[in-house]
Amino acid sequence: MLKNKRNYLYGLLLIAYCLLTVGCGLRFDMQDQPRYKVYKKSEWFKDGLSTRDQVAGTVARGHLHDNKAFYTGKIDNPDLNAVVTSTVTSTGNTLVTSFPNDIDEFPIPVTKELVDRGQDRYNIHCIVCHGPVGNGDGMVVRRGFPKPPTYHDDRLRNAPVGHFFDVMTNGWGRMSSYSYQIQPADRWAIVAYIRALQVSQNPDESLKMSTKPESNTPAPKPAETTNANTNGGHR
Amino acid sequence: MAQFFNKSANNIARISMVAAAVLAGVGGFAFTQFSRSSYLTGRYVEKQQPVQFSHKHHVGDDGIDCRYCHQTVETTATAGMPATQTCMNCHSQLWADSPYLEPVRASFRDNKPIEWERVHDLPEYTYFNHSIHVAKGVGCSTCHGQIDNMPAVFQENTLQMEWCIACHRAPEKFIRPKKEIFNMAWQDGDLDEKERKQLKSDLKIRSKEMMTSCSTCHR
Repeated sequence: MLKNKRNYLYGLLLIAYCLLTVGCGLRFDMQDQPRYKVYKKSEWFKDGLSTRDQVAGTVARGHLHDNKAFYTGKIDNPDLNAVVTSTVTSTGNTLVTSFPNDIDEFPIPVTKELVDRGQDRYNIHCIVCHGPVGNGDGMVVRRGFPKPPTYHDDRLRNAPVGHFFDVMTNGWGRMSSYSYQIQPADRWAIVAYIRALQVSQNPDESLKMSTKPESNTPAPKPAETTNANTNGGHR
Repeated sequence: MAQFFNKSANNIARISMVAAAVLAGVGGFAFTQFSRSSYLTGRYVEKQQPVQFSHKHHVGDDGIDCRYCHQTVETTATAGMPATQTCMNCHSQLWADSPYLEPVRASFRDNKPIEWERVHDLPEYTYFNHSIHVAKGVGCSTCHGQIDNMPAVFQENTLQMEWCIACHRAPEKFIRPKKEIFNMAWQDGDLDEKERKQLKSDLKIRSKEMMTSCSTCHR
């Protein structure tokens, strides 16, 4: 009789144990682990960001950006006293009319792949304002954004390639800098595509378009720069 | 000794056996349905965001490419949330005085990110990478649905393992050509079965065994 009672007790304990483990099984520790994934809020850092900025004054390996032409679109020894002339149009756009310090040759070889990549990127980032062929009638302009100047006039047909790169990198007028949205190699690809658009809209005129790569500086591989992510190397 | 059970107990026993079987079936079915329900998975639940951002307007009406804002979708695990600067590219000029956009301007002024509510929350024991899916022919709308028709974004699919694995077992049923990845109007019927098989080999999608290996997603 005593033995039966003890078995009964063991049975109850077993049931209680099962309920307890099932109860504990409903925890979500594995779903939400105490580690940082991209965009997860940090309780540790004061600003709440788990994705940290690079420490000021440091250079990540491979990001020295010493190829000046490639990363800035400017010539090596710019004339600091050179005057950049500009005019203001009736629509309020300020147009540059002289380009003293911009490079006139692509710093990377212009290939069909580069132009195709440029088309791809143009249709993401530029088309919204500059329109499909670059005459400034993109959807956002139709919604009321001030109309940008067309690519298809003599001023921009004759503008050096460095100017387009500079505008994408630093912005101009009401256009913001796209330097964090578009990697340098892609910016050059877009410049190449803008040149292609200019030919397409003005097929009869000969165009000032150099496809000669720089001979002595090796071109950085586009893959290196396009893969530079802003997410702290998160896998 | 008197009969302990009277004769009707036979019927009660039979009925209770059938009832137990039916109850177990109904209970099992209810469990499977409940565990797939939006109550547990969060499917179809619109999330309220700090800014009333409408994908329907920006994607559907304005035709802005997904990658204008989600810039890292082709290169990293996360599709990338746009910096407030991206909003200000246009909204420095458009609706620049709108009270609806005050949180955006405040974020830009104070250099503080907007704290968006996460809509798709995968468990952290799964490894997921956007770039490989985009590179192998999985379109945005395949998983995210018709974003161009969502004023407030909701989760289109359950994000449960059975949903992931359905595609990993037979990717040819869901893939599309690479140039259509970001096309919201793409329909699965746009390719026939033969074209799908061809596309799967063109995209070099790995074997079913590799695709459904545990460590493909749980690493």
